[in-house]
Amino acid sequence: MADEVFKGWKGWFAESGEQLIFFRAFVRNLFRPGFEWSEFVRQCYETGYKSFTLVGTTAFIMGLVLALQLRPALVGFGADSLLPKSLADSIVKEIGPVITAIICAGKIASGIGAELGSMKVTEQIDAMEVSGANPLQFLVVTRILATTVMVPLLTLLGDVLGLMGGFVAINITSKVSLWLYFNKCIAALSFSDLLPAFIKTIFFGFVIGFIGCYKGYTSNKGTESVGLAANSAVVAASLWIFVIDAIVVQVSNIIIY
Amino acid sequence: MRHKESEITVNKGQLSRKDESVIRIRGLKKSFGKKEVLKNINMDVYKGENVVILGQSGSGKSVIIQCIVGMLSPDAGDLKVFDQEVSALGETKLKELRIRIGFLFQSGALYDSMTVRENMQFPLIRILKMKDQNEIDQRVEEVLKSVGLYESIDKMPSDLSGGMRKRAGLARTLVVNPELMLYDEPTTGLDPITSREISNMVLEIQKKYKTTSIIITHDMECASITADRVLVLNNGEFIAEGSFDEVKNSKDDLVSSFFK
Repeated sequence: MADEVFKGWKGWFAESGEQLIFFRAFVRNLFRPGFEWSEFVRQCYETGYKSFTLVGTTAFIMGLVLALQLRPALVGFGADSLLPKSLADSIVKEIGPVITAIICAGKIASGIGAELGSMKVTEQIDAMEVSGANPLQFLVVTRILATTVMVPLLTLLGDVLGLMGGFVAINITSKVSLWLYFNKCIAALSFSDLLPAFIKTIFFGFVIGFIGCYKGYTSNKGTESVGLAANSAVVAASLWIFVIDAIVVQVSNIIIY
Repeated sequence: MRHKESEITVNKGQLSRKDESVIRIRGLKKSFGKKEVLKNINMDVYKGENVVILGQSGSGKSVIIQCIVGMLSPDAGDLKVFDQEVSALGETKLKELRIRIGFLFQSGALYDSMTVRENMQFPLIRILKMKDQNEIDQRVEEVLKSVGLYESIDKMPSDLSGGMRKRAGLARTLVVNPELMLYDEPTTGLDPITSREISNMVLEIQKKYKTTSIIITHDMECASITADRVLVLNNGEFIAEGSFDEVKNSKDDLVSSFFK
């Protein structure tokens, strides 16, 4: 048992080292001339645009359910007018970014992990490398940058649709105009609320792309490794999302308050 | 028939030791963990010849060409390609060397998110840095026609048969005009007719593009069609060398067993 524990920790340290080497390779290739703009745009479309429906629908339902569940509690205190503020606070500052990132980890990180893993199995990455092309610049840099750009945009969409869900829920029982509702939501938020929420989505996007690429690019050459790459990409990216969330909230609390 | 370093048999392509050496390997060793795959590899490949390496599965045939192209680093020995020691090359020099080498993978290794046309354009744009679209289109058309795949130019790799994938992979390799071609089992998984077509294509490529080639294969028909010289690998060392007929008629039981 002690052996297993030792092996487990040894493996964890080895993988952490490999991730650092992969990160260094990413940074080196990021600043190399010949950035693959067309592939970057294609990846933005594949990873970002194709996730709009999933993120939008989930965020709308999340806002709707949150409003339905918050309302009785607030009514009990006679504070139902605080519902838009409560929704704006919880959706924009925490639930929106985290839920969007978790959905993206499930969809995008696993997709990238499986795609690069299968490219590895079918020798496509090797073919790129031996031809003299740069697979890191073409496959990895573009995907990581695409998720870093698109996850914040998806979060923005998720926030707006989540608040829309809240508006629909409020209007089931009472009548509030869309204008008044959004006015109250926006008034409840300050710049110091929005900035950390936005910054963490950039980190979420980066980690989703990075973990997906790392797991796929470094997978073994067996068919089962494709599934393993996809699966471990989701697990590792989701874990990192919560770790980053905790760090960003702590750091922003120290800086702002 | 047992191979010695000094014994280079003159093959049917009329090559001699005076010819320009493209690949020179001396005392190459490579292990994976405790398994010693290549024990002592010595070989020369001369300009314009087709060398076929025969050997059992797992004997390390593919490892040799992976070392040649710098995908694997040898544990010991000298390996010179175009007079450059591969293991001593830096990133840029290795990239420059790789541009001169074409590598056909067993599966064809087509980029499956791209059409055949985009697969062909990929090395032209990214490796040769070609900018003129007309010139690129012309080059792609020419190479695809030479492998008889022009009709499939806008198809995705998933729409191609096994033989067509191999030909497309071959075309993508040829599009950059390599001087040295490395074929990793070019006929594996193909029916006999398509295998023969691919083997003849390898021979045509040698003539048309004046390439030097190493062909890794199990397929005796492929070896008989393509080989100027045959090397037989066993237990990490070459045990025989000569023309196809010479090796086939070897009195050595181990060597002749490959042809039964």
